[in-house]
Amino acid sequence: MKAKVYVTLKEGVLDPQGKTIRHALNNIGFQGVNEVRMGKYFEIRLDDQDQEAASEKLKRICHEMLSNPVIENYRFEILPEKVDL
Amino acid sequence: MKYGVVVFPGSNWDHDCYHVVKHVLRESVEYLWHEKEITNGFDCLVLPGGFSYGDYLRAGALAMFSKIMRSVKDFADRGGLVVGICNGFQILLEAGLLPGAMQRNKTLKFISKFTPVKVVNNAIPFTRKYQAGEVLNIPIAHAEGNYFASDETLKRLRDNGQIVFQYCSPEGEIDGASNPNGSIDNIAGICNEKGNVLGMMPHPERCAELILGNDHGLRVFSSLSS
Repeated sequence: MKAKVYVTLKEGVLDPQGKTIRHALNNIGFQGVNEVRMGKYFEIRLDDQDQEAASEKLKRICHEMLSNPVIENYRFEILPEKVDL
Repeated sequence: MKYGVVVFPGSNWDHDCYHVVKHVLRESVEYLWHEKEITNGFDCLVLPGGFSYGDYLRAGALAMFSKIMRSVKDFADRGGLVVGICNGFQILLEAGLLPGAMQRNKTLKFISKFTPVKVVNNAIPFTRKYQAGEVLNIPIAHAEGNYFASDETLKRLRDNGQIVFQYCSPEGEIDGASNPNGSIDNIAGICNEKGNVLGMMPHPERCAELILGNDHGLRVFSSLSS
């Protein structure tokens, strides 16, 4: 199995990096870009064949390591091995 | 008093903490490599500053999975004294030994300078030789010192007196202008409910001798000695 994991900042948590990127976009002429929120993206390959087992494992991986639950949310997609990430 | 200075790959203020304890305080101290468990006989563990695991993923996030951290948690649960400085504070947050989380400085810059810091709670073991309200001049050196806590957590910190240090003006005013990194409520250091675990972004080990500018930081260590 393959998984794509997205870790994003919770609503209400300030994102100084996203804000700076938004300003920079405006500065180089991209008008109408009102907000940028920066997050993290992971590609993970798993031995599991069973979708449910993989999903349970990924939940733990995201909760215990990939995200900081105080300030971040996560979501993931599980894909068959054959699909290119 | 016997101190242990925990060393992770990428710690770089471990030697300074060791030096202050051994050569300034003249107390007993050992380095504790992160792959080992802590043995008995320690009174205080220091998690030093630096860039453990290169700050990969999030500052402090990977150090929390080091073997030694389980015994640091047990030690803290038994009431043992633990102080995390800078990266050590970030590790204590990631490990859940202290509440809240650290974010990038609001300026996105790495800040390295002497900064006025107010002692808000002088009743914990690490601060009992300070006066309440005393203004210290202590170096900070970090890119991720922008402390964040939910409203609920912040209220709990305030109600329990867990806010130990706050950034302030040289006169002791706590306001936006004296906040270097965007920390909520100007927070520079907090403790757990029992007061035996302290996390602080300023570096007391860098100002514990007059030859280094001042010795305002020394009492974080010497408060523990009788």
